[in-house]
Amino acid sequence: MRRLVSDTTIMAGRNLVRLPRNPELFTAFTIQPVMFVLLFVYVFGGAISTPGYSYVDFLIPGIIVQNIAFGGFATAMGLAEDMSKGLIDRFRSLPMARAALLAGRTLADVATNTLSMTILVVTGLIIGFSFDAGAGDIVAGVALLLLFGYAFSWVFAFLGMLVKTPEAANSLGFMLVFPLTFISSAFVPVDSMPSGLRWFAEVNPFTVVVDAMRSLWLGAPAGDSVLGAVVWSVAIIAVFAPLAVWRFRRSAARA
Amino acid sequence: MPSIAVLPTTTDHPPRRAETSPDGPAISVTGLVKSFGDVRALDGVDLEAAPGTVLGVLGPNGAGKTTAVRILATLLKPDAGEIRVAGLDAVKDAARLRERIGLAGQYAAVDESLTGVENLVMVGRLYGARRAEAKRRAAELLERFGLTEAGGRPAKTYSGGMRRRLDLAAAIVARPPVLFLDEPTTGLDPRSRLDLWATIEALVAEGTTLLLTTQYLDEADRLADSIAVIDHGRVIASGTQDQLKDRLGGERLEVVLTDAAHAERAAAVLAPLSDEEPAADGDVLRLAVRGRDGTIVEAVHLLDRAGLSARDLSLRRPTLDDVFLSLTGHVAEEADGGDEDRADGELAA
Repeated sequence: MRRLVSDTTIMAGRNLVRLPRNPELFTAFTIQPVMFVLLFVYVFGGAISTPGYSYVDFLIPGIIVQNIAFGGFATAMGLAEDMSKGLIDRFRSLPMARAALLAGRTLADVATNTLSMTILVVTGLIIGFSFDAGAGDIVAGVALLLLFGYAFSWVFAFLGMLVKTPEAANSLGFMLVFPLTFISSAFVPVDSMPSGLRWFAEVNPFTVVVDAMRSLWLGAPAGDSVLGAVVWSVAIIAVFAPLAVWRFRRSAARA
Repeated sequence: MPSIAVLPTTTDHPPRRAETSPDGPAISVTGLVKSFGDVRALDGVDLEAAPGTVLGVLGPNGAGKTTAVRILATLLKPDAGEIRVAGLDAVKDAARLRERIGLAGQYAAVDESLTGVENLVMVGRLYGARRAEAKRRAAELLERFGLTEAGGRPAKTYSGGMRRRLDLAAAIVARPPVLFLDEPTTGLDPRSRLDLWATIEALVAEGTTLLLTTQYLDEADRLADSIAVIDHGRVIASGTQDQLKDRLGGERLEVVLTDAAHAERAAAVLAPLSDEEPAADGDVLRLAVRGRDGTIVEAVHLLDRAGLSARDLSLRRPTLDDVFLSLTGHVAEEADGGDEDRADGELAA
């Protein structure tokens, strides 16, 4: 167990050291989210009606949830790269805790997610976002975001090992997750959507998590969305972590 | 054209320290079988290497070499067979065995975003060393592999040869008694290849047992103490280089005639020197001869008496190319790339 913890730390450290040295990935976590916030607020913001909130207040929790879900990108691409370049074989020939390979990857995502979440909150505060919540709820919101981001790291870990190259991991993840984040309450109120889409948007876990964030940070009526968001996150981990481990064993044991 | 070419034998390696691991061979494999779907990649392979020696596993692409290494290095589970490495069972004691082996695969498996130092420190720590110890070892290895100056740069800035050296350094971070190198020089330029050979020889001189796969005959000839020739998942011959070459009936005489039209007559004239029918190829005549002393003189004498002349006569030991050709009926393919992607059956000549 001590071995697992120390090896996980070593692997997470490795992945974090890599990040700033890969400019494409680094901008994806820093500059790109800021760009999206600015585009949405100033380009679409005026045309989208969000009763009860200014658009920047409405948007920030939603766009942070979207970003955090994509935080696992680094895991998908990193694992696909390690597989295709033979690094996984090197690691598997070492007397290390094998679970640390996946655990270290996903743990590193928590750190990068914290970074991009901070950047987004600060950007939001600069352009007029304001919390309408106590410190406890703000912190609970941060914790929920990190949990949800961690859950999606496992989704991306699985996707990263389904494909052969980092590029394929990138486009597969994008194709699957991008529409999910848009057909939700992240950017527009769901009642503005046509009925079929609206039904989907309402059951979409992204909507549940975004609504939970709005209730924690903006004091919006919560319903049972906070509990729902936690349940969704835990359920995603419960499904995708074993899938990722299974896929890892399988791909690693190929010829 | 050299007149008399004799390949150097490789028995003059530096003496090796006996290994401290339990008695018996450092690597012992019997009846190893592994299938992927319908493809039988390994079909009853036996291998053995004494402590401190180099076992060369020689074969073309797709012969099963990489699969064998991956099983010995605990990356794959065999379907059947007994495998003992460094005194441990590679299946039952896989976790403990990983502390005693080093592996460098076909790809230079280094993290390209990390520097040379960071790569080696990471591997050292994953072997369980403390950070300070891992750093000390990394510096030592970089020095030894001539990478000290490059040690602070990301590995993506390295040349192919430097990456391989870094990869090899990573494989020996924990001073493993048994080392697996899977086609270590595939894709390297000749100069880097020679450098890497020298490095490998120095490692072996310190007592490491090495299993080396290669598709290059000269590489096996230079580095290995004993060789297993593998083709279609089976060992088709094994022994020392000399034993393998002796199987071909010892020395070969090559005669380049002045006039190709005389090939048939010359073959008849020289027939008494050989137990086999001499083979003619244009103006070149090749025959396996019984002894070496005086053979050339006698050949010249026989030709001279028959009024024939030769431009060149040479006597040489069979090369591993000859061995491979006679064992498999096809030449070892020196295809580029080290992939074993191709199905076994495709290689039948």
